[in-house]
Parts: sequence; C-alpha cells; structure tokens
Amino acid sequence: MGSPRRSETTAPLLDVRGVSLSFRGVKALSDLSFAVARGEICALIGPNGAGKSSLLNVLNGVYVPDSGEVVFRGEHFRQIEPSEAARRGVARTFQNNALFRKMSTLDNVLAGLARHTRSGFLTQALRLPGARREERELRARAETILEFLDLQPYRDLIVGGLAYGIQKRIELARALVSSPTLLLLDEPLAGMNAQEKAEMSEFVRDINRDLGITVVLIEHDVGIVMNLSDHIVVLDYGRKIGDGTPEEIRSNADVISAYLGTVH
Amino acid sequence: MNLFLETLIGGLLAGTMYSLVAIGFVLIYKASGVFNFAQGSMLLFAALTFVTLLEKGLPFAAALAVTIAILILGAILIERTVLRPLANRSPMTLFMATLGLSYVIEGAAQGLMGAQVHALDLGIEDVPIFIGDVLISQFDLVAAATAVTLALVLALLFNNTRIGISLRAVADDTRAALSIGINLNRIWQIVWAVAGIVGLVAGMLWGARQGIQFSLSLVVLKALPVLIIGGFTSIGGAIAGGLIVGAAENLAETYVGPYIGGGITPWFPYFLAIAFLYIRPAGLFGERALERV
Repeated sequence: MGSPRRSETTAPLLDVRGVSLSFRGVKALSDLSFAVARGEICALIGPNGAGKSSLLNVLNGVYVPDSGEVVFRGEHFRQIEPSEAARRGVARTFQNNALFRKMSTLDNVLAGLARHTRSGFLTQALRLPGARREERELRARAETILEFLDLQPYRDLIVGGLAYGIQKRIELARALVSSPTLLLLDEPLAGMNAQEKAEMSEFVRDINRDLGITVVLIEHDVGIVMNLSDHIVVLDYGRKIGDGTPEEIRSNADVISAYLGTVH
Repeated sequence: MNLFLETLIGGLLAGTMYSLVAIGFVLIYKASGVFNFAQGSMLLFAALTFVTLLEKGLPFAAALAVTIAILILGAILIERTVLRPLANRSPMTLFMATLGLSYVIEGAAQGLMGAQVHALDLGIEDVPIFIGDVLISQFDLVAAATAVTLALVLALLFNNTRIGISLRAVADDTRAALSIGINLNRIWQIVWAVAGIVGLVAGMLWGARQGIQFSLSLVVLKALPVLIIGGFTSIGGAIAGGLIVGAAENLAETYVGPYIGGGITPWFPYFLAIAFLYIRPAGLFGERALERV
C-alpha cells in the first residue's frame, strides 16, 4: 500500500501557495501558504472559525479558492472536483460523520473502493471471471482494513446504529481502503472520551508509520496534537500565525497569546 | 368465495404492472432526488421505438437490443444536457426540468415515429385459464412473472455489485459519495438508463394490452398513488404499493361499485392515496424525512 516513489521525493507532497477564500466578503483564508512533507503527520490547529475546515475543503476540491494554488505531487491546481481529488489519492473524513448510514460497515468500506473498479457494470452484473477476480482482491483489501482498525466485530452491522467512536473509525476505514497518498482528517477525535481518543490517535500513528500515508488533521486537543504530529500549522482568523515542529509552536509567542494561552 | 379470489388475484396481477411503472420512478428518485415527470414519456418512447423497429422487420431480440442501446444513449444525453448543468439546484428546479424533458421526449417520439396507434404482439395469449377452479388471465400471469423477475434482478444488481454499492451510497449521502471518488455523473447515466429499460419492459407489457399510443405516457398518473402508498424511496415499497392499488381497485369495483353506480376503478387509487397521506405521509416503506434546521 506504500505511496509511489517519484523523483520529486524531496519536494513537498502538498504545497499550499497563497490561498485566499472568502464567503460573501467574509475572509475565511487570507494568503495562506505552507507545505506538507511526504510521510509526516501535519496538524492544523486554531480557534473555532480560524478556517481549518475551509482549508481542508479547498484541499479536496469542495471549495474553490479565490486566489492561490495547491500543488499536490508536483501537479498544480486551483480548481479540482472532489471525485477527481479522490482519484489522485486524496482521501478524507468529515467533522460530522458522512457515512452511508443505511449500509453495513463492510459495504461502507467497499464503497470507498469505487474509484478502483476497472471492470464495467455488465461484467460485474454477469459475474464474468475478470470481474470475479477483481471483486475477490478488493474484498480481501476491505477485510484487511477492517482487521487493521479492529472493526471486524461490526462488519455486517448497519452503521447508523453504531456508537459514535466506532462510526469515526469506519469513516477512517472507508478513506483508507482506497490506498490514498494523502489522508485529510477533520477532527477525528471529536466527541470521544479519553480512552477512545488514545485508541484513535494510536490508529492514526499506525496508518502513518505502517502504511506510509501522509496525514493532515484538524484537532482541538492540544496535548494529543503535540504528541502525535511532526509538524503543526496554527491558524487564526484565516491567517497563519505559526508553522513548525511541536517544540517551536510551544515557544511561539503569537501562538501562545492567540490560542494556547486560553488552554491550561 | 371464487369470485372474491378471482377479483383479488386478478387485481394483484394487474398491480404488478403498476409496480413496474413505479419502480422506474423510485430508481431515479433515490439516486438523484428528482421526481422524474418524464418517466411516462420515456416509457412511451421506449415502447414506440421497439414496436417501430419490429415493424421495420427486425427480429424480436435485435429490436430489443437496439432499443436498449438507444435508451442508454438517451440517458447519457439527458445527464449531459439536463442533469449536469442543473446539479445542486433545488428539487423543484429539477422537477420542472423533467417536466420540460417529457415534452421534448414526446415530441421527438411523435416527430420521428408518428402518432398512430401500434399493435404489439408479444406472443402471449390474452385468454383466461383455470387454476384449480379460479379463473386467471394468462397474460396477467406472464406480466406478473416479468415484473417479479425484473425486481429480483435489480435487487441483485444493487446488493451484489460494487456499482450497486456506489448507487446506494449516492442515494444515502451524495456529498460523502463524492468525497470518496464516486463519479456522480456516471451513476446518474446508469440510473437513467436502467429506469429507461424498466420503462421499456413496462411499456411493452402495457402496450401489448392496450396498443402503443400516446395515452401510454399517462400511466405515470397510475404510478402516483402507488408511490404515495409504497413510498418514493423503496423498490419493495413500489411493489407492495402496486399490489395494494391493483387489489384494492379490483375489489372495490366488484363489491362497492354496484352500490354507487360502478366505474370507480379510475379514481379509487387516488382516494386510497389520500387516505394514506392522512395516516402515513411517507408511505409504507418510505423514510420519514428528518431534516436538521
């Protein structure tokens, strides 16, 4: 599942250059630039309304920035369709779970493989040999991911009725199964108790280390962010006010006054 | 007792034909949230194309294959020219678009293939046969078997293929489906093509019974009470709704009709639908709409 090796390995995997976004005159992001290196866990922190989710939405094509561009794997784009972003290897989860609530855990994860289907509708419907082999491989992959995230006990249950923490993990599984290069997580620990948070951050670390997937995540729990991430970008009112390692952020005066100062 | 059974069974069998029409609506409503007013025109267009090809001398299977190919092309064309430019508009806008579409399709059908009535012979004899001592229409039996087979095939496609999973995913949460790379345009094309093929089957069966003519597009109106009773979002509901409407109108005609002068079949389904709107507005199998405000 490793990311493809390319000549541009020294260049950042993701480079955000001067991105600005506004909604009816309200600036959500102003002239924002930062880079995410291949293989790192990068956390976006900042008070509510700082523009973190808007930024994630720009990265996977839900919003089109007013100016600036995003460079991903050496390819420049300003406007990209979410499904196109997914095909290029950007997977994401949402702040409020966006699972298919009426489908089983396994079907949700299988849906994450949509972009990998090579055989056509008819070949699948008629269960021709090529389609059957592909189906077997992809199902095996879905099972592996369920195993990896300890989701096997919930495999055949309808997700709408499962606990919130489990749903978050299923959403993560659905994003992972497509073998993304870049995984965007919007508040993966929100609404969880301390034990669930510890488990979830352990999973994120495993995904990053064992599967070699670059992670950009939004999280409010500063303690966990400091432990988990290699790189932190701090936003306030759509501007970047800090960018560096956890140690650098901890000692950044602007960050302390704008954000950390309010946390004990 | 025999009269009751005959009325009931005749009604149920006729009801499967209503179900067939309703399934076409459900498919499109689930995947794109649109009440497709053009379903009746699509049904007419499909049946008319098929019968015209037959009259041109094509063998049955070839005419069927060509018609299906035309329906698939039509679905792609509709998605490109109507659905894609209107994506993310309100359901009312989309509904009005399908209203316009229905006139375009009917006009195209009339312009290309003329307005005369065509007889269609599917080779099924429309004679009643005795099963036990109950008299049943042979044609109704075949039509019912076709409807049931089609519903089973659709269920199989939805549950066992990954494109089926994608279809259900789009129906469940469009935004999430987009974010995992499901190609919405492609899904719409598939759904409209399948709805067209379902319409073709329904059109062939209805057309064999009453001739293929422009009034065929009015079977839409028959599907409406079926959808209200069964729910707009469930294929199972469409089947149950069709059976209920078929059985109820037949029973009502036989047992209530004589007291109020007969001829109640045309309006009884609507009466039933209104009753259902009072009791269960989402239909038997529909989802109750819970919207966060």
